[in-house]
Amino acid sequence: MPSELINNYFRTETLPHIWCPGCGNGIVTRAIVKAIDNLNIPKDDVCIVSGIGCSSRAAGYLDFNTLHTTHGRALAFATGVKLANPKLHVIVITGDGDASAIGGNHLIHSARRNIDITTVVFNNSIYGMTGGQYSPTTPMGDKATTAPYGSIDPNFDLCELANAAGATYVARGTVYAVNILEKVIQEGISNKGFSFIEAIATCPTYYGRKNKKGSAVDMIKFLKEHGVMYTAWQKMSEDEKIGKFPIGKLYTKERKEYTEQYQMLIDSLGKESNQ
Amino acid sequence: MAELKLMQGNEACVMGAIHAGMRFYSGYPITPSTEIAELSAELLPKYGGKFIQMEDEIAGVAAALGASLAGLKSMTATSGPGFSLKQENIGYGIMAEIPIVIVDVQRSGPSTGLPTSPSQGDIMQARWGTHGDHSIIALYPASVKEIYTTTIKAFNLSEKYRTPVILLLDEIIGHMREKIDLEELKNIEIYDRKKPTKSDDKYLAYKVNDGDIVPEMPSFGEGYRFHVTGLVHDETGFPSNNESVADKLLNRLINKIEDNKQDIVNFEEYLLEDSEYAIISFGAISRSSKVAVDKLREQGIKIGMFRPITIWPSPEKEISELSKKVKKIYVVELNAGQYFLEVQRIVSGQCEVRKYGKINGDIIVPQEIISFIKEDIYA
Amino acid sequence: MKKYEIRLTGSGGQGLITGGIILAESAILDGKNALQSQSYGPEARGGASKAEVIISDQEIVFPKITECDLLLSLTNVACNKYIHTLKKGGILVIDSTVDRPEREDIIIYQIPILETANEKLKKAFVANIVALGAINKILNLVSENSLEKAVLKRVPKGTEELNRNALIEGRNLIK
Repeated sequence: MPSELINNYFRTETLPHIWCPGCGNGIVTRAIVKAIDNLNIPKDDVCIVSGIGCSSRAAGYLDFNTLHTTHGRALAFATGVKLANPKLHVIVITGDGDASAIGGNHLIHSARRNIDITTVVFNNSIYGMTGGQYSPTTPMGDKATTAPYGSIDPNFDLCELANAAGATYVARGTVYAVNILEKVIQEGISNKGFSFIEAIATCPTYYGRKNKKGSAVDMIKFLKEHGVMYTAWQKMSEDEKIGKFPIGKLYTKERKEYTEQYQMLIDSLGKESNQ
Repeated sequence: MAELKLMQGNEACVMGAIHAGMRFYSGYPITPSTEIAELSAELLPKYGGKFIQMEDEIAGVAAALGASLAGLKSMTATSGPGFSLKQENIGYGIMAEIPIVIVDVQRSGPSTGLPTSPSQGDIMQARWGTHGDHSIIALYPASVKEIYTTTIKAFNLSEKYRTPVILLLDEIIGHMREKIDLEELKNIEIYDRKKPTKSDDKYLAYKVNDGDIVPEMPSFGEGYRFHVTGLVHDETGFPSNNESVADKLLNRLINKIEDNKQDIVNFEEYLLEDSEYAIISFGAISRSSKVAVDKLREQGIKIGMFRPITIWPSPEKEISELSKKVKKIYVVELNAGQYFLEVQRIVSGQCEVRKYGKINGDIIVPQEIISFIKEDIYA
Repeated sequence: MKKYEIRLTGSGGQGLITGGIILAESAILDGKNALQSQSYGPEARGGASKAEVIISDQEIVFPKITECDLLLSLTNVACNKYIHTLKKGGILVIDSTVDRPEREDIIIYQIPILETANEKLKKAFVANIVALGAINKILNLVSENSLEKAVLKRVPKGTEELNRNALIEGRNLIK
């Protein structure tokens, strides 16, 4: 029997999903739904926009206004949706390749504008849908079908990228630390501005197998052992940080939100022409 | 009372778009289309609409598609290089049936080419630029006034057929200024997308109701919670790998345009009644051809001009009829012979078809058309 | 009235395109047809700039000018580039700083347009309006009233008097 959450928020007629056994995408998708449920946002007021890749298929399974776009362009479509109707809560579901390779330009510019969109990147460090090629977040040295000798490409820290580009809420969660993931997504949706959440997911089928990371359970265990709450992380020495990564809320800042600025422009011109 | 104005072609495009109900513009600056973005930026917020300069050409069309789904009539404008970049998402708009208008103010190419020189080199890119089998609507006006009216028509067709519509302009008509009487253009009819009425609890986002051409289209946030995808989908809107679903959808998308040519196709016939010869020409170059027709007639040659305003779908019936009437058709276009191929296909031997083109960045002047045709006839 | 084709040339930034627009707008105010077009290089300032205006009582079909009835050239570069496009018997208006071209088949007005703007009116940017005043005095293409109206519609607020004077000074350059 599906849970109440599934019944309420998933289009059960579109299930089962396409994801492999052990894939972390379902956990992240559920966390998004739980965050929306916690916030009591009516389903009609939520618009989920996704790109192309395994994670982006989530849009089709969810009972909201859903837009499954082209590869890399979810944020560009989402910008149009949000600016056209600022009342909608726009949430972008995207993968590491979708968001930071082909869609990298839209990511930094959405952050720069501080448009009120919450982006959740399902980061599994690999292109899963096409069968395991290296992405901008594949750790240097790791193998992929297109990096048979180990990748020589340095990898992005997506949270640092989003923060530097101007996102006003930046956080990281993992498919192990589900409560934290839910919490940061919830905070991200509540933030009036561009929120960026990196959800570290697992791909045992391609990334895991290629790099001898063990079973899905082993991969999740790895996340448990290496993800450190940001408060603790800040107290760690540089040596202690090696091989670990911070999770939880990382950065927040105060900036003007884009669609509000545009509305103020419209209002000021309206006043001008009324005079 | 007449409201006479000297208006630039690109300006008329924006004025026509706003008349048609455009309330969203997203794009990226590119010569020679930039005035369309600039004027949209100035006017849209005054109409309560939105303008956004996106980070690239792809984002320009993508945001317009998103805004259309959220309920605003949307437009983007570009030129050849940007038109190439937009192609994938034009295909998305076709597949997901999203009304938008894409303006391509053509310039010389390929690549960066001669950025400030005119060209009609995107005729085939407009038809086949995006991948896969599809039909497309592309309109091409030839005067400032016609840019105004044709932009409105582009919006109307995009709403009526739920499809991206391409408005082809060229550097010449985009940048020239001409007299326009806004008063006589006041009452042009506007078509708005048909929305569902919320009675059906088993709402199917991509079901075409009896008697309709396309599915009804609600906006995001109006309570329908439908799914939009570029994947092949059935009436529910959800992806399907089923062959008969794919066959039905893709043919419906083609046929909604091909079966309604009567409504979509628009053209001008100039002095064709007694003609033994005909020129086919469009956009700015049709103005050169028209002068050539007048001068050739003064010299006793019975010639006329057929000007497609709807470039795609092509006026197949009309061109075929024409080819049965005349001895020869001359396709005069500012490219190496793109529409010529379409005319040749339609005519398929019913009369001779010859092309006159140019690709050096210069306009085709009437005198060269006259010389070419006279030489050909008297050879 | 026959079709009249005018080509305004000089360097980018001299306001020739605005000049062309003003001329076309004044013709429309007079109830005539007008078509204005331009060509430009990649540079916004300097370079050779050209604005074209066609004025006619008839419908204007072909939008470009091949040979013009009147050529205005404010620089030597522009004059050298476009002098061959002036019709036989056509009118050439050049600034006094521009060398007289060797053509016997045209009427030449060599007048201090730039100097008038720079020194008499103390504003280099009104050279285009000075030129319009002179051209219209020569051709009597549009009514002075319409020309003034069109000028005042296009120029920045606060410069109306200056531009009105520029028209007058331009007119006075033609004896």
